[in-house]
Amino acid sequence: MQPLLTIQGPETALFWVLAPLSIVAAIGMLLVKKAVHSALLLAWVMITEAIFYIAQDALFLGIVQVVVYTGAVMMLFLFILMLVGVDSSDSLTETITGLRPIAITAAVGFGGLLVSLLGRATLGREAVGLEAANASGNVQGLAELLFSKYVWPFEVVSALLITAALGAMVLAHHQRTNPRPSQREQAVNRFRTGSLAAAAGLPGPGVFARHNAVDVPALLPDGTPAPTSISATLKARGDVIDSSQFQLDNVDTSIVEEK
Amino acid sequence: MSANNYLYLSAILFTIGAVGVVVRRNAIVVFMCVELMLNAANLTLVTFSRINGTLDGQVVAFFTMVVAACEVVVGLAIIVTIYRSRRSASIDDASLLKR
Repeated sequence: MQPLLTIQGPETALFWVLAPLSIVAAIGMLLVKKAVHSALLLAWVMITEAIFYIAQDALFLGIVQVVVYTGAVMMLFLFILMLVGVDSSDSLTETITGLRPIAITAAVGFGGLLVSLLGRATLGREAVGLEAANASGNVQGLAELLFSKYVWPFEVVSALLITAALGAMVLAHHQRTNPRPSQREQAVNRFRTGSLAAAAGLPGPGVFARHNAVDVPALLPDGTPAPTSISATLKARGDVIDSSQFQLDNVDTSIVEEK
Repeated sequence: MSANNYLYLSAILFTIGAVGVVVRRNAIVVFMCVELMLNAANLTLVTFSRINGTLDGQVVAFFTMVVAACEVVVGLAIIVTIYRSRRSASIDDASLLKR
């Protein structure tokens, strides 16, 4: 007969501190605008789950959670985020009208159903802890199961890993469908398409006496900002400064520069 | 406190992940919400392993982690491929089959 499960005070305190924090981070993941912030919040949720695994006598899984999820998987996510960059998909506007209220209503119903079901379900016997199963160590107990009862799934999973690596390589491999344009063809195209002004190269960002950075559009001869002088990424991020404040008429000439 | 509280927590996290999959438009954020759902399921497996006093649940959670890692690798490769051809990571833009 195994000893019955008793949860000590420290674990209770740990749960009530970390569980609300992880729920807040998970909700924040849906509400923040930038995907990088979502990734950081998800990393926090995963770390709290690793702590919960360790608190629940699953030491090996807790370490694996940190190494695989917060280490490898989130690193991969951030890497792809850097690769893909910022675009309109980060905005939080609804594209299907009424989707958000319907989704929230359905979620409240589904979550309420799950929680109330869990609250009513009984196991038919008392819960037991893992003290007996972990008697010779958690890793040893897992290894014993993995290499005896679950050895066939283990081998299948290894085949899956190799297939996934191969699939990623095939998907990431980029094959040119048309020949690469030569420098001469590029130069000809530049003059044949678009205006002659664009053929000379796009204007650089504004460089003013009081602001010397790439986030200010240059001023055209008529005083309007030149939109082509700013990188599209900065525009998508909303990091462009209004250059009219640096126009000659608006500059406060009463300030005398110190020598 | 009973171990059921962990089950409630994982149910809530799973629901939040499901809402994220429906509501968000950035394919990478949608994918992260799928990961959140997988993590919530893992928490359930570990908790049931503790309630039952056997390590089988932890072994299954371990397999789930491996499958999730495979899924991330292939899924992100697909997202990058779509981004390369359509210059967008929005799931609304990938609608060629609709027209």
